[in-house]
Amino acid sequence: MSEHFGLKHQIATTLLDEPDREIRVMGRVPADAGDADAVKHLELAATEVRRRAIQTVGSAKAGHLGGEFSITDALVTLYLEVMNISPEAVERRDPERDRLVLSKGHAANALYTALAVGGYIHPGALRTFLQPESMLNGHPARNKITAVEANTGPLGHGLPIAVGMAIAARVDGSTRRTFCLLGDGELQEGSNWEAFMTGGHHRLERLTALVDRNRLQQGAKVEDTNDLEPLHDKLTAFGWEVREVDGNDIAELRQALSPVGSGKPVAVIAHTDKGYPVSYMRDNVSWHHKVPTHEQVEQALSELDAILARLTEEEK
Amino acid sequence: MSAQLFDCRDAWADALAEVARGDERVMVVVNDSVGSSKLGPFVAEFPNRSVNVGIAEQSMVGVAAGLANAGKIPFVSAAGCFLSARAMEQIKVDAAYSEHNIKLIAQSPGVAYGDLGPTHHSIEDLTWMRTIPGLTVLAPSDPEETRQVIRWAADHEGPTYIRVSRMGVPAVYPEGYRFAPGKAVALREGDDATVIATGTTTARALEAADLLAAEGIRVRVLSMPSVKPLDEEAVLLAAQQTRGIVTVEEGLVTGLGGAVAECVVEQHPVPMRRLGFRDEFAITGSAEWLLDRIGASPEGIAAAVREILELPETH
Repeated sequence: MSEHFGLKHQIATTLLDEPDREIRVMGRVPADAGDADAVKHLELAATEVRRRAIQTVGSAKAGHLGGEFSITDALVTLYLEVMNISPEAVERRDPERDRLVLSKGHAANALYTALAVGGYIHPGALRTFLQPESMLNGHPARNKITAVEANTGPLGHGLPIAVGMAIAARVDGSTRRTFCLLGDGELQEGSNWEAFMTGGHHRLERLTALVDRNRLQQGAKVEDTNDLEPLHDKLTAFGWEVREVDGNDIAELRQALSPVGSGKPVAVIAHTDKGYPVSYMRDNVSWHHKVPTHEQVEQALSELDAILARLTEEEK
Repeated sequence: MSAQLFDCRDAWADALAEVARGDERVMVVVNDSVGSSKLGPFVAEFPNRSVNVGIAEQSMVGVAAGLANAGKIPFVSAAGCFLSARAMEQIKVDAAYSEHNIKLIAQSPGVAYGDLGPTHHSIEDLTWMRTIPGLTVLAPSDPEETRQVIRWAADHEGPTYIRVSRMGVPAVYPEGYRFAPGKAVALREGDDATVIATGTTTARALEAADLLAAEGIRVRVLSMPSVKPLDEEAVLLAAQQTRGIVTVEEGLVTGLGGAVAECVVEQHPVPMRRLGFRDEFAITGSAEWLLDRIGASPEGIAAAVREILELPETH
């Protein structure tokens, strides 16, 4: 039965059979939703993801919450609206499905949770995160989860793979799109620049690289470690159309991730805060892979619940 | 064994074009080495199925993984030294761990670029590649086997690393030879000792067998195109039926030699001699001269066999 939930191996049936009360499976933004409703849907989904993700790390005692929270808005925007994809299309490996490569693979927990909220994997599986024999490794594995397109973890691997996917789409005469989410610190790996060159050279206009510009890497600021700036100019010089947005603003993300026709691949520099929006975590370098205490989980949940309450209030 | 020497790259390029004509999923990904990979005609015939990423080996293997995701069968072609060392993590993660259907073609590996020096030698690749889980590792010995290996790889679903040398080699297999993965080929029968060779050293092992035959020593010569999976059954029979085993390869002794030794020591210990490079970078010289220097000449192989036969019998 696990195949039906996008999981390639059987996991403890008790975990799957038990009704999951901790997460709200929301599915895609309805096709006929207006802009305001779509944004609301995605904001609710992002808050659901963050609520569940911090609980997962709290109980698994490991994870990368800071960099997961900075890209949660992008993940839900892509999986729940922008990408031409559905759990059914993923399940039957529809060749025309859009692809997403999570190059910053250490944000796996956010990816799994976004997939669960989107209906791509069984929410019960989230409880197996990092457990022995689990399909939910600390870094995503395509061998184990149907909706995962690439095995990532070591940095600098995702964009080359996404370039290959985009070239394959062109060879196939397909309009399908390819997305790659990268960390900004990750751009210190030279293989990314090899791939930026190739993407620009081949004018892969249906390829979008989203750079999570949270300004922090594992131990320090990116700029204090190996300076990336001027990032916009560098990407432009490599032949990409560059868009800069607030990466924690879903309305802006929807715009930036919308299709283009400039004849160039698109690089979205998404300005985010690591740990967003949790007060004690936000823009704090210590939250790369720190595990929250029980009290910290509770505090984050209460802050996220306040956001949920506001969103729900607005809904009425 | 013919006297004429062949460049196996010609066989590779012909076979690739042939499989590409029959299967539109076949593509090539190359790192600027179109000429040295002999891919000029392929690129001309299949421009849309050729991706030249330039001098960017890490990205090259990643791009192939992206192509494989869409059901393509990418053949990645680059000099063995750069493909294996520079893209090692991509081979491990994007090809092998990801179970992607990628064919990695190591051009002119070993010491084929002899006079370019150790930076351009690839003596470590068989050792490295055979330790990566799930990766099939092949080293054909002559043009016909190269052709068959390429055809087999196109049909086989899974990551595969294949050595293709520019070093001149004679045809070593009899008419009608059929490559099978994981199978050794007994090119000479004999029960005194066994020589196991792979790739460019197979012809040298056969010459050694001829030298020894003149002295009345009958060696079994096994060609081992599959370094992984290794034909353990053939190795064990050699261990049981002959006095000892000599391995010979164009690379570190921890490649084929290591694989055979592991099998022998765990299952049926017998004396072994491993011919190849040890803990050193090869100095500069022609490939042929370097192979002679490490004892992988016909005379050197014969001497290693004699050494084993001079040891007291162990069984």
